[in-house]
Amino acid sequence: MKIKSLNHNFRRSLVTYGIVIAAFAVIQIISGMGMLTNSLSGQLVPICAYIIMAVSLNLTVGILGELSLGHAGFMSVGAFMGAFVSVCLTDVMPGWLSLTLALLAGTAAAAVIGLLIGIPVLRLQGDYLAIVTLAFGEIIKNLLNSFYVGRDASGFHFSLKDAPSLNLDETGEIIINGAQGITGMPRSATFTLGFVLILITLAIVQNLIDSRTGRAIMSIRDNRIAAESVGVNITKYKLIGFSVSAALAGLAGAMYAHNFSTLVARKFDYNTSILVLVFIVVGGLGNIRGSVIAAAALTVLPELLRGFSDYRMLVYAVVLIVMMLFNQSPQLAAWRRKWTAKLTRGQADGKGA
Amino acid sequence: MALLEVRNLGITFGGLHAVEKFSVSVEKGQLYGLIGPNGAGKTTVFNLLTGVYQPTEGEIVLDGKSIVGQKPAVINKAGIARTFQNIRLFKDMTVLDNVKVALHNQVKYSALTGVLRLPAYFKQERVMNEKALSLLKIFDLEGEAAQMASSLPYGKQRKLEIARALATGPKLLLLDEPAAGMNPNETAELMEIVRLVRDRFGIAILLIEHDMSFVMGLCERIVVLDYGRVIAEGDPETVRTDPKVIAAYLGGEA
Repeated sequence: MKIKSLNHNFRRSLVTYGIVIAAFAVIQIISGMGMLTNSLSGQLVPICAYIIMAVSLNLTVGILGELSLGHAGFMSVGAFMGAFVSVCLTDVMPGWLSLTLALLAGTAAAAVIGLLIGIPVLRLQGDYLAIVTLAFGEIIKNLLNSFYVGRDASGFHFSLKDAPSLNLDETGEIIINGAQGITGMPRSATFTLGFVLILITLAIVQNLIDSRTGRAIMSIRDNRIAAESVGVNITKYKLIGFSVSAALAGLAGAMYAHNFSTLVARKFDYNTSILVLVFIVVGGLGNIRGSVIAAAALTVLPELLRGFSDYRMLVYAVVLIVMMLFNQSPQLAAWRRKWTAKLTRGQADGKGA
Repeated sequence: MALLEVRNLGITFGGLHAVEKFSVSVEKGQLYGLIGPNGAGKTTVFNLLTGVYQPTEGEIVLDGKSIVGQKPAVINKAGIARTFQNIRLFKDMTVLDNVKVALHNQVKYSALTGVLRLPAYFKQERVMNEKALSLLKIFDLEGEAAQMASSLPYGKQRKLEIARALATGPKLLLLDEPAAGMNPNETAELMEIVRLVRDRFGIAILLIEHDMSFVMGLCERIVVLDYGRVIAEGDPETVRTDPKVIAAYLGGEA
C-alpha cells in the first residue's frame, strides 16, 4: 500500500506517455485514411514544437517558480542554430545525420544562451525577473534580425551590419540574411520526429522532476529560505532548471525550423512567448500533462474554428476564458482527481500483475 | 572545546543594535534555551547563526571551524539545521519529499543519473526513502508521507519541520518556538520528542520558546536576551530567580 503511494509520480508520468502515444496512433490512423485536412496536417510539426515549448516553459514557471516571458527567444536560438547547421551540412552527409546534428546543435546553443542569460537574470525575483526575461527575448530577436552569416572559400564571415559587409568573394553564399532570415533548410521534420522528441522531452522533464535535482528545484519554488536552510545551493539549481528549460526550447526551435524552407526571427517575438505561457497556465502550472494537452488543443483550436471566419479569434478568446473558469471550479477538480485515480489504479494493476 | 562557540556577536540595522555582544557556548548533546521578551533579538540570533544575516561583529565557531560570513546552505552543510518561527515547509510537495529535499547533501547522485534513470538512481532513492520514512516515524508522520505538506494540521507541520531539519544530519539543531500554537498535550509530546531526538542523534539543541514550563522543564542551560543583550545565563533555577530576568519579563527596576 505504501510503496504504491510512493510510486505515484512514476504512474502519473506513465499516463502522460500513454496519452501522447495514443494521440499519435489516432492521428496516424486518421491521416492514413486520408481524413486529415491539409491545413491540419501542416500544423502537426508546429503542434509538436509547441508541446515541447510548453513542457519546457513549465519547467521554469511551474517547477522552478519563476515567470519567464522570453521563452520564444530560446526557441529562435535553437531554430537558427539548427537551420544553420542543416544548411551547411545538407550537401555533405545523409539527411538523418545532418538533422540529428542540427537538433543537437540547436539544443546546445539554446542551453548555452540560457546559462549566460540565467546568471544575471536569476539574481532577480518575481516581476523583475519576468520583465528582464521579456527584454532578453526581444534582444535575441533583434540581434538575429540583423545577423548576417556568409560562407566562401576562405571560411565563414559574420556581420551585424548588412550583407555586403560580409566581404564574400565570388564563391560566397549568404546563409543567414538579416531580417530576411535563413533559407534552404531541408523540410525534414516529420510528425513522427515530433512525436519522438515529445517523448524524449517528457522523459527528461518528468525524470528530472522526480529526482534529487527536481526536488531541490521545487524546494526553491516553495520556500527559498527554507531550501537554503537545508543545504540546497539556490544559484546552482535555479541555473540547472533554467538552462534545461532553455535547451528544450532550443530543441523545439530546431525541429520547428525544419518544417519550413524559410525562417525569420520575427516569428519568435513576444506574442509567441505569451502564447506558450497561455498554454501552461491553461494546462496548469507544474502540471506537465496539462501542458501537453493544452498546447495541442489550443494550437488546433484556431484551425477548427475556421468555420467562424471573422469571429475566429473572438471564439478562441471565449473558449480560453471558459476553460480557465472551468479549471478553477472545485467540482471539476474533484471530478478530474477521481478519474485520474481510476485511470492510474487501472494501469498499476495491469503492471503489477 | 564546546561544539558551538559564539563570541561577542553583534548586528546593527541602521543605527539599531539588534543584537550586541552575544556570547554563548553550547556543548555537544546539550539542551540549551534562548529566551527573552518579544523583540529581544532571539530570532535575529538564529538568523546570524545560520547565515541569513551577516553579523557586523563577532565570531561563530562550530566544531573548531569559523562559519562567519558563510552562506546558509554552506552553514547547513557544516552542521547547523533550523526550524522557523513562521513555519516554512515546501507546501506544494509531499511530506516525504519535504524530508527528501533535506537529504540533499546526505544521499547524492547527479542530475544526469536522475534523468537517465541509471541504477544508482534507484539505489539512492531507496536509501533516501528508507531514511526519510524512519525520520517520519519518529514524529509519527509516516502515515501522512504521501500527503501534501500544506494539508497537515498545524502541530504536525511543526513536527515535519523538525524532521526535515534533522534529515540534513546536523550537529546542532536550532528550534525557533517549536511549541508555538500547540495545545498542552502536544507540547508535552513535543518535549518527549526533543529529548528523544537529542538522545538518539546525540546532537545539541538550542531552542527559542515562550512557554516557560517547556523551557524550564527541558533545557539544561538557559540564556536570556533583552534588548539584544544577554542579561542572564545559567541553569534553569538560577535564571528563574534572577532579578534582572524577572524585571525584563514583568517590568520594573532590576
